[in-house]
Amino acid sequence: MDPAAIPTLPRGVRLHRDRVRDQWVLLAPERAVTLDAVAHAILSEVDGTHSLAEITETLAARYAAPPEQIAADAAAFLQALHARRFLDLSP
Amino acid sequence: MTKAKPPIAMLAELTHRCPLSCPYCSNPLELTRQEAELSTEDWARVFREAADLGVLQLHLSGGEPATRRDLEDLVCAARDAGLYTNLITSGIGLTERRLRALDDAGLDHIQLSLQGTTPEMADEIGGYRGGFARKLQVAEWIGKIGFPLTLNAVLHRRNLHQLPRALEMALEMGARRIEVATVQFHGWALKNRDALMPTKAQAAEATRLVAEARVRLKGRLVIDYVPADYHSDYPKRCMGGWGSTGLNVAPDGTVLPCHAAQTIPHLRFESVRDRPLTAIWYEGAAFEAYRGTGWMKEPCASCERREIDFGGCRCQAMALAGDPAATDPVCVKSAQHLDLQARAAAHAEADSPLTYRSAPGKPATEPAE
Ligand code: SF4
Ligand code: SF4
Repeated sequence: MDPAAIPTLPRGVRLHRDRVRDQWVLLAPERAVTLDAVAHAILSEVDGTHSLAEITETLAARYAAPPEQIAADAAAFLQALHARRFLDLSP
Repeated sequence: MTKAKPPIAMLAELTHRCPLSCPYCSNPLELTRQEAELSTEDWARVFREAADLGVLQLHLSGGEPATRRDLEDLVCAARDAGLYTNLITSGIGLTERRLRALDDAGLDHIQLSLQGTTPEMADEIGGYRGGFARKLQVAEWIGKIGFPLTLNAVLHRRNLHQLPRALEMALEMGARRIEVATVQFHGWALKNRDALMPTKAQAAEATRLVAEARVRLKGRLVIDYVPADYHSDYPKRCMGGWGSTGLNVAPDGTVLPCHAAQTIPHLRFESVRDRPLTAIWYEGAAFEAYRGTGWMKEPCASCERREIDFGGCRCQAMALAGDPAATDPVCVKSAQHLDLQARAAAHAEADSPLTYRSAPGKPATEPAE
């Protein structure tokens, strides 16, 4: 995945706090994807303006984690969402 | 007894009224009349109860949900309750103005049904002249407004050859997803097995086409596929497991574990008019009846797949084996499996005119000559 790519949640895909199960989920057509803390942290930075590289940088700083590790995790997760059309990537 | 988990999805059958009369309609043979439908306020309360119970996804269905004049208010109520709101529609009854109102109300997603890829096929199957042209117009408005769209192609012997065109249409309409659903033989479809049963060769070809298209269209179009049941070796995990992930509410407020559950004669169902949804889900006898694996007989009871498919579909076991606790006859381990395959082949060989679904309050029409 290109580090310069800007991820966006398309219309019809949104983060939702599931108060009954006390967890975050990503709601999409016919799907509710349960998000762990890492997945939620990544998606919380997806705002349609920041690139994958910038998101990785923010998260690495916040969690004092190795950027390569964060970059790999974020890219794999976002790529999987993209394949299911739950995420748009530009350019 | 292990405590059930909260459901994720609820299908709200807002009405059984529909301008179309598809011969495979999953509505029951006994259709609810308009006078018996829940009111706007009742539905709004049910949506709130559903959200409190843990439902995340709401499917507004029917019949044709656009037949309800308060559809816009119902979408508003569903979004206020915090539900992801999906509209399952044939498109008939929607105008650009109504679609814009649904957009303002917060509708999340639209699922548009496709009866065929040509006007001749679509209008014959839906039993509604001009329906196909109208649907294309509605698809254009949906695209213009920007609703996320799933095309829902229902396939059977008469139109399975149109699958490639259905995939193209989904792309042309800008759909992100297509459901390629081979007709499931419940409800009205049971009356139409001779008219609609695909051949085994057609079913195999559809599976091949879907596999090929999934590779070719990866990242552009997501394809969900429901294969031809009678020609399979293992049954579907019906409703994700009875009473485990989803529930249906019928137009009059009756709460069902699946849309065909009323075909199981010994089950007693409760209504949201009489009891809170949470109590019905966790304590209702109909939900408890086939929840988990405790009710199973052999070969399911000791099968390694019992928590994968939960023994298949209870309504299909009822319809085909005469026992709702039997192994779904689709399964290779069922004593009825070979017989079912032979029956499927015979239905596929036979021919018969379409028996259309009727309108609420009207008797079923006999097949046209
Ligand atoms: S299957 Fe056809 S007749 Fe039944 S509700 Fe849907 S559009 Fe109407
Ligand atoms: S025997 Fe029952 S549990 Fe095993 S595969 Fe068949 S239907 Fe599923």
